[in-house]
Amino acid sequence: MTSTLDPATTRTPLMGQGINRLDAIAKVTGEARYSGEYPLDGMIYGWVVQAPIAKGRIRDISPASTLSMPGVLAVLDYRNAPRLSDAGDSELLLLQGDRVYYRGEAVAVVLAQSLEQARAGADALDVSYLAESHDVLLRADHPDMYTPELVNPNFPSASNVGDVDAALAAAEVVIDRVYATPAEHNNPMEPHATTAHWNGDTLLVFDSNQGASSVQMSLCRLFDLPRSAVQVKSEYVGGGFGAKGSARPPVVLASMAARLLGRPVRVTLTRQQMFAMVGYRTPTIQQVRLGSDWSGRLQALDHLAYSQTSKILEFAEQTAVVSRMMYATPNLRTAHRLLPLDVPTPRWMRAPGEAPGSFALESAMDELAQACNVDPIELRIRNEPDLEPDSGRPFSSRNLVACLREGARRFGWDDRDPRPAIRQDGRWRIGSGMASSTYPARNAPSTCQVQARSDGTFEVRITASDIGTGARTALTQIAADALRVELDRVELRIGDSDFGPAMIAGGSMGTASWSWAVVKACRDLLGQLDMHSGAVPAGGLLARADTKDDVAAQADVTRHAFGAQFLEVAVDIRTGEVRVPRMIGVFAAGHIVNARTARSQLIGGMIMGLGMALLEESLMDLRFGDYLNHDLAGYHVASNADVRSIEVSWIDEQDDQTNPSGIKGIGEIGIVGTAAAIANAVWHATGRRQRTLPIRPDRVIS
Amino acid sequence: MTSSSLSSSFTVTVNGEPQLLDLDNRTTLLDALREHLDLTGAKKGCDHGQCGACTVLLDGRRVNSCLVLAVATQGHSITTIEGLGTAERLHPIQQAFIDHDGLQCGYCTPGQICSAVGALDEADRGWPSAATADVGAEKITLDDSEIRERMSGNLCRCGAYVNILAAINAVSP
Ligand code: FES
Ligand code: FES
Repeated sequence: MTSTLDPATTRTPLMGQGINRLDAIAKVTGEARYSGEYPLDGMIYGWVVQAPIAKGRIRDISPASTLSMPGVLAVLDYRNAPRLSDAGDSELLLLQGDRVYYRGEAVAVVLAQSLEQARAGADALDVSYLAESHDVLLRADHPDMYTPELVNPNFPSASNVGDVDAALAAAEVVIDRVYATPAEHNNPMEPHATTAHWNGDTLLVFDSNQGASSVQMSLCRLFDLPRSAVQVKSEYVGGGFGAKGSARPPVVLASMAARLLGRPVRVTLTRQQMFAMVGYRTPTIQQVRLGSDWSGRLQALDHLAYSQTSKILEFAEQTAVVSRMMYATPNLRTAHRLLPLDVPTPRWMRAPGEAPGSFALESAMDELAQACNVDPIELRIRNEPDLEPDSGRPFSSRNLVACLREGARRFGWDDRDPRPAIRQDGRWRIGSGMASSTYPARNAPSTCQVQARSDGTFEVRITASDIGTGARTALTQIAADALRVELDRVELRIGDSDFGPAMIAGGSMGTASWSWAVVKACRDLLGQLDMHSGAVPAGGLLARADTKDDVAAQADVTRHAFGAQFLEVAVDIRTGEVRVPRMIGVFAAGHIVNARTARSQLIGGMIMGLGMALLEESLMDLRFGDYLNHDLAGYHVASNADVRSIEVSWIDEQDDQTNPSGIKGIGEIGIVGTAAAIANAVWHATGRRQRTLPIRPDRVIS
Repeated sequence: MTSSSLSSSFTVTVNGEPQLLDLDNRTTLLDALREHLDLTGAKKGCDHGQCGACTVLLDGRRVNSCLVLAVATQGHSITTIEGLGTAERLHPIQQAFIDHDGLQCGYCTPGQICSAVGALDEADRGWPSAATADVGAEKITLDDSEIRERMSGNLCRCGAYVNILAAINAVSP
């Protein structure tokens, strides 16, 4: 009886259906309102003033001339800002003192009747500083480099199995290379925006974030308020990619300003301000050493990653963690070293760890394939582990090999001549390359409420967030299946912290975690309905679920999604231009809930991977101590003309150990492996290895 | 039109309706729409003409509304995403974006759709692009590379380009 209810063992009717995004009409008509688009009565505009020094003190702020300008009501700075309590993120302790920790840090907010007046007031604000010399460049030999205890989110920083040094010394083939990836900025299309409103001692904010309950929690701690006094709404969010994964400065600044004025305040960041204030991907320097026999069987894998953090908050990216679970080897060592600098704190950016880490690992594997004269797919199959190499734990499911085989078939890999630099088509050198993809498939506790209404419809309330993923649609499908009703009988409400604590849209854990709470609440409600012989009593019926205990009780296995990417490049070795005419991605990620939105999300990840490979790079200006190319003209993301054919498909994967719906997250895996596949293809086209991202024209030519 | 050193009052037609506005001279068309007319469909992604999220049609031609001063639109006609179609009566390009899932977060989407309307019209008039092989040709054939090129002023960080191309292909003649 329960087996018919369990999508993990029997696919339910809507599972996998590519139904249209439920919010598509609101989005194509412009009706969908994002956080900076709620007009509140008497609302005031805030414009953030940023520090022009990377380190030092504010000597003086003279607001008089700004305050005399038309429309300006107040200047919020460290002298009049409400006091904040620590919320576990020191970057949120804004305007609490005269110290400046990074260039671009908020030092004041000018509050005015109109956007134009606020901006002019901010431009005119007279702030003087006592600058100190700053230190902003990541280098592996920096004396302040240290070993963090944990890396994001909570992995031990180092791991060691066997004797890597001895195995490398004895190996028949050794690859020992250094790879580098630059700082990158998430740049969701919607800049961070918050509209904040105090009603006495309760705070309502419309905020652009990936998780309203996480932001609610931060605001409660910062302002010493109970949960019941803070409501965070974020119904539509214009992308995040990690940059909105937790409370970021605008929500704090808007809330403080609204408190000061006693009126609603909106703070929207400019695109330029986003390059300093909302996080970025750390640059990395990575040494990968592989030792194998002549057939390519790994004897040793050593992955050491250097990255940066700020001096006020430790963020240690888990760059080398991917090497702990990818390939079988008796000797396996990973380590992370971290350098605190006078920079804003790096944060999550789509597949933190896996994206840069896999660039190094999957590039090194390609170099090993070349050295051993083994096909890169065969090399990976030869090193396919039965158990997680680092921990010895079983995988809940692992279909990397199936992805490799299916991708090779779709791409036509068997016809490939492995020799580099021998194909020419007009001005283009042609090459092909591949890489494996992976991303953890974790779950986090969430709560959900489902109400049966007397008209036979159901309302599902969960503090989920749809940042473009399709979660709104996927969760509605899951709820309808769990309730055994048609889709149109279910109304799903998300993006409101009043619905209770829930996981953020991050770590590829959103839909997986939320689906569990939705299914649990729906099953409870069906049980209640049974007791009422299927009839909804006049007042309706309500079920609540919390998956805290269920998640804690999960078996100790390791859970990952896998994939393989194959692609073709065309390289003009005179101009250094690289084009990617064809990309193929095959993934194994449990049940796919919605074939349409899943395909879009995976393609989107691969496109961001293409940008990572060829375009994206935040350049540190050593003199000013800040990222130089801080707008969309200087920081290039892939545009329509950069993208040609992309095909995405998936292996039908049954995994009974992820969550009741048998799903694994897919938000991040698309970007993992793309950059290595492109670099490997560029080698195949030109005969030159590209070990530094992005693969700029000057690097191709030199 | 009356004006002081700081503000002007003027009339502009927005989605077919004449609007009398009295605005700070520094106000962009984008901010006039979003902050003064509550037409928030046009999005602000950069405010610098670098992303296309704010694209609207000015006398039928696509413009980045963040680069147009509102006072300069006096006497002109603006069409925003709200004027292009509604939930009950979608414009064919809006429908095509839904059918081909040419959107994810939706933030670039109104700009993409307005831009596509403009691009199709430009091609119809025979205006060449950087992807046009013969710039003297009378007729433009909107093949994939033409559409990609003409739509490259509209960034989509979610990476919906493959589906945006398919959507525009579905409506282009
Ligand atoms: S907001 Fe106008 S082009 Fe970006
Ligand atoms: S749909 Fe999100 S930026 Fe295009």
